[in-house]
Amino acid sequence: MHFVVCAKQIPDPETPPSAFRIDESTNSVVPAPGIAPVLSQFDAIAAEAALRIKEAGDEVKITVVSMGQESAQAAIKQVLAMGADEGLLLDDPAFLGGDSYTTARVLSTAVEKLGDVDAVFCGRQAADWDMGQVGLGISTLLGWPAAIIAKDVQVADGRLSATRVMADGFETVEMALPAVVTVSNELGDPRYPKLQQIMRAARKTVTSWSAADLDLDPATVGEAGSRLKLERLFIPEAGGDVELIDGETAQEKAEGLVAKLREAKII
Amino acid sequence: MARNVLVVGELEGAGINSTTAELLGAASRLAAGGDVSVTLLGAAAAEAAAGAFAAGAGRAFVAADGAYDEFRADQWTAAVGDAVGQSSADVVLMAQSSAGRDLGPRLAFGLDTAVGMDCVAVEDDGGTLTVTRPCYGGNANATYSFATSPAIATVRAKSQDPLPPQEGASGEVVELPGAGESRTEITGREMAVAEGLQLQDAPIVVSGGRGLGGPEGFGVVEELASTIGVDKAAVGASRAACDLGWYPVSQQVGLTGKVVTPDLYVAIAISGASQHMAGCSGSKTIVAVNRDPEANIFKASRWGIVGDYKEVVPALIEALKE
Repeated sequence: MHFVVCAKQIPDPETPPSAFRIDESTNSVVPAPGIAPVLSQFDAIAAEAALRIKEAGDEVKITVVSMGQESAQAAIKQVLAMGADEGLLLDDPAFLGGDSYTTARVLSTAVEKLGDVDAVFCGRQAADWDMGQVGLGISTLLGWPAAIIAKDVQVADGRLSATRVMADGFETVEMALPAVVTVSNELGDPRYPKLQQIMRAARKTVTSWSAADLDLDPATVGEAGSRLKLERLFIPEAGGDVELIDGETAQEKAEGLVAKLREAKII
Repeated sequence: MARNVLVVGELEGAGINSTTAELLGAASRLAAGGDVSVTLLGAAAAEAAAGAFAAGAGRAFVAADGAYDEFRADQWTAAVGDAVGQSSADVVLMAQSSAGRDLGPRLAFGLDTAVGMDCVAVEDDGGTLTVTRPCYGGNANATYSFATSPAIATVRAKSQDPLPPQEGASGEVVELPGAGESRTEITGREMAVAEGLQLQDAPIVVSGGRGLGGPEGFGVVEELASTIGVDKAAVGASRAACDLGWYPVSQQVGLTGKVVTPDLYVAIAISGASQHMAGCSGSKTIVAVNRDPEANIFKASRWGIVGDYKEVVPALIEALKE
C-alpha cells in the first residue's frame, strides 16, 4: 500500500504570547527571533498514525508531501526521520499566499500524479491558521471518502477504519480505500527519531515538483486562486488588569478571593 | 444589501438547538431584507420547523428522515447543497460543532467556494460580508472576505445573539428528499459525557491543568466544583491534562476541545496557553490559581491567587463553606 502524509512547516506554536508579533501592514506573522519554525504537531501525529499501520506488518510505502518553500525540507526530513520512505516538496512561487482551497488543490493534484495512493493522512488542522479543512478539501477534490479528527486509524482489507473524537464521545467509521483521514492529538505522542534515523533522513533526496510539473495553471493556485481574502490580521485584546489577592497564608488569600466573588455577586 | 442566508440547523429533541437559534439571529441581521432559510434534517425535522420560524427563519427545508439523525457528512452535504441551490443562498451559516467541522469544508469544496471555520464574528462591512476567526492558537484574529459565492462560515456557539422568540410565527416548508447512500459506515459509538451538568451549559466551570501534577489533583478540583454546587459548576481540563490521561477527553476546554462561556471560569494550575484560552476567553470572569506569578493565565484573569493549588484550593473550599 502507499500512504501519503501531508506535512506543513509553521511558526512554532509554543512561541510565548509575549514574543508573538504581527506586521499589520502585510497581515503576516513576524517570525520570533531565535525560534525556528517547526513541523505542525498534528501532522507529526498523522505521520505517527501512518507509521503504526506500517509497523503492524503490512507492506506500506509512506510518502511525506509538503507544499512550501525550500525551508519546508526540514519538516519533510523530520517525517522521513520518523520512518517515512520518500519525501516530496511542492515548491513554486505561484503557490505562495494561498488559502485552504489552493493548498488542497495543489496537494490533491500531487496525490493524483503519484497515482497509486491508497490513503492520505493529514493533521486535524495546521497549528498556525487552525482552519481544519485541507484534509476534507483533498478528499472532496479527489472524490474520496474521509474521516476527520481520528484518535485511532486502522487500514485492512481495502478499508479504512477510524475512531473519531466527537463532542459527546467517540464514533468508529469505516470506508473503502482510497480515503483521507485527519488525525487528532488523542492518538498519542508522535515518536522521536533516533540520531541514526535523523542522519539517514538528512542524506535522503527530496523530490521537488513545481506548478508546471503538476500541470497547474498559476492563476488557479496561490494568492491568485484563493477564495478567502485575508483583510486583516491582528492581536485581540486580552481581558486584562488582574488583581492578585494578597495574604500571608493560603487561607487569607482564599478568604480574600471568596469575599471578592461574593461582593461581585458571582457566587 | 439584501442577502439570502441559509442556516444549517441542528436538532435537539423535537426542536432546534440553542446554537441554531443564535445562527438564525445572525442570519436575520445579515439578510437585510433577503430570505432567511434553515435546513432541518432528522426524524423530528417537521416538528422543529415551528421553533425555527419563531427564531427568525422564513423558510424551512425539511427532510423528516431518521437516517439523518446519525450524522453522516456525505448525506448532509448533499441535502444542504440541495437547499443552497433552491434558496439561492449568498451566505451559509452552520455551527462549529462536530457536524459543522465535517460539513463546512465538504460543502465549500463541493460548491467550488470557500468556508471560514470557527468564526466568532460574521459582519456586513459596508456591503461586504466578512468573517473573523481566531488563529495561531488564539494568539491572533483574522478577518476575511470571500471571492466566491456562497460565503460559508462555521460559527462558534454563543458568539451570536438569538432574536427574541416570535411565538406563533409561521413560514414556508419545503420538503427535501430523504438521505441517499453514504460511503461511510458507522460501526461503533461510545458516549463519553460526564453525568449531570454539561460543560457548555454550566454557569461556572472549574478547570485543572498540567500543574496539578497528576490525575489525583483533579480530586480537589472536583471537590471545589461540588462545593460551589453540583447544579452550578462543571469540571473541565486543559488539553495537556487530557493528553496525559489525567481527565476524560470529553471535558477538554480549548481550541481542539470545547469552547465554554460561563459567568465564572476558575483555572487551577493552568498556564494559559493560547490554545486553552481559545476555549475559555469568552467567560465573563476568569479567576486563576497558579504557582507562577508570570503565568499567561493571569493576563486574562480578573482575580488571581499566586500559590500552590494543594494549599489554596482546600482553603477556597473551606472559605466557600463559611
